Amino acid sequence: MQRLLLLFFIVLAVLLPVLAQATGMEYYIGVLTRILIFAIVASSLNFILGYGGMVSFGHAVFFGLGAYVTAIASFHGVTSAWIIWLVAALVSALAGLMIGAIALRTRAVYFIMITMALAQLFYYFFVGFRYYGGDDGIQINGRPVIGLGLDISGDNGFYWLVLAWLLVVHVLLARLLKSRFGLALNAMRENERRAQAIGYPTLRYKLAAFVIAAVIAGIAGSLIGMSNLFASPKLLHWSQSGILLVMVALGGVGYFYGGILGAAVFLLLEEILSTHFEYWQIYVGLILLLVVMVAPRGVSSLMTIGKSLKQGEQHGA
Amino acid sequence: MANLIFEQVLNSLQFGVMLFLIASGLTLIFGVMNFVNLAHGSFFMIGAYLAAYIAGATGSFWLGLLGALPATAAIGFLLEWLVFRRLYKKDHMVHVLATFALILIFNDGVRMIWGPQPLPLNMPAAFAGPVMLFGLPYSSFRLLVMAVGILVAIGLYLLINRTRLGMWVRAGSNNLEMVTAMGINIRLLFRLVFSFGLVLAALAGIMLGPLVAVQAGMGDDVLILAFVVVVIGGIGSVPGAAVGALIVGVVDTLGRGLLPQLFALFLSADAAASVGPALGSMMIYLVMIAVLFWRPSGLFPARS
Repeated sequence: MQRLLLLFFIVLAVLLPVLAQATGMEYYIGVLTRILIFAIVASSLNFILGYGGMVSFGHAVFFGLGAYVTAIASFHGVTSAWIIWLVAALVSALAGLMIGAIALRTRAVYFIMITMALAQLFYYFFVGFRYYGGDDGIQINGRPVIGLGLDISGDNGFYWLVLAWLLVVHVLLARLLKSRFGLALNAMRENERRAQAIGYPTLRYKLAAFVIAAVIAGIAGSLIGMSNLFASPKLLHWSQSGILLVMVALGGVGYFYGGILGAAVFLLLEEILSTHFEYWQIYVGLILLLVVMVAPRGVSSLMTIGKSLKQGEQHGA
Repeated sequence: MANLIFEQVLNSLQFGVMLFLIASGLTLIFGVMNFVNLAHGSFFMIGAYLAAYIAGATGSFWLGLLGALPATAAIGFLLEWLVFRRLYKKDHMVHVLATFALILIFNDGVRMIWGPQPLPLNMPAAFAGPVMLFGLPYSSFRLLVMAVGILVAIGLYLLINRTRLGMWVRAGSNNLEMVTAMGINIRLLFRLVFSFGLVLAALAGIMLGPLVAVQAGMGDDVLILAFVVVVIGGIGSVPGAAVGALIVGVVDTLGRGLLPQLFALFLSADAAASVGPALGSMMIYLVMIAVLFWRPSGLFPARS
């Protein structure tokens, strides 16, 4: 039953741009693409937050780095998307290793504040880097190509590319969470000291998870660069990291589809509110405050209330 | 050059003193209530806005200052009662999300009330001109800012170390359950500490208002600086916040002000203009990393 439902959603997602075109709502293909890209980053954050227990307030760094890799590559005439993804993955892995190695030495509130501060370090790096646009950001001259006879220059082609990445990332995450590594990570979140006592090198495991999440976010960042044809330091700002956390929280921390749901809920909310109100963030804030105080485990928790009552407390924040 | 260095050193001290006002409240709120308040920077902004509004209506900076402080305290009191007190027992992730929501609400709230343009806040006429210090001219208002900050710091020291309220606060950050068991009204204590911390942030916003632009989001980057201060000093420690604030104030101001000039001495003008400002803004984070490397819980760890 669940597999059928999943299959239905995947087919629906594949057909959406065609449906949008048939009904004259081409505009929404762009919105959907944005949702899928943010779903990828949000899921990567959910991976370390919901399963690894790391409240990272600097996840937008990797997202921004990916976008900058795309921009800088295009600036120097690189047009192959494959090379961009490879470099984006390497750069964000390196940054993840650096930030993780420093931040994971600390815990709890320190971890939150330090990831935030380290993210600002990268933000100011790009603000000051005048050669690549500095404060103003940098334009990307045209979308890279992937070859293989596939065309991603149009809206539909690009949407399907992003959808493919979303599926790849989620298959990977699902396998990872079921593996020994994923189970150990879960154990560490629930009781780090005990996991340590059993003999797990908890720091190394958490660092590995942190780097994996960074790489996924970097790939998503390269996609947002290719989508917007623009990269700016704003992508790395701590408030952007805050928004990613908000997405995960809205969707449901530690629920497998929490990232996707959260990105969809947040961006649709933004889409609707910003067309009706000039100062729409105030409403986003109020809704978020309400969700946090009433349903702190997000939309997913509302949907599975019956189930989780039966199974007891399985998913923790 | 001597003139420039003199001015930069004074500016850095003045900035450090203001950072202390913001960070001390943040660290107290964390120390006593174990609460992570991202909206702390918003009160820096709210204070500045209220003062600018009142000063604009009455034409007096002083009335703005006098009116904005109790108004901020009242908002803090109300907010503690409405939101924060329901969150103390929840985990830090919930604190982060709820207070992030408040940032969104406040930033758009002030835009809604006062419009997207920055609000003017003029310094008082008596302090508009420069004074001569050791034969060099320096802004008398900046000197006033420094004086206010130092006076508040001394007052805070006396309040925490010499009064009954301060004793409760110290005891509260040490062992909250014991304080409750002793029959202290913990709810009132929390509300007072909260409002007090927010008023300190607002005071910093009001004093810095004439020097920076009073606009939505002005507290967002200050918040991160305050976090760096708190992390360097040790979370929950007020003396740590003082030392951390001075370090960050000095490193940040000197880094931004002098580093580009220093690079210009041995790099091409073009390269210096590109590398200098970037590295200048990154300096404090590098200092923070260095401190954490040798002292993972800050310079003055408040509790083990």
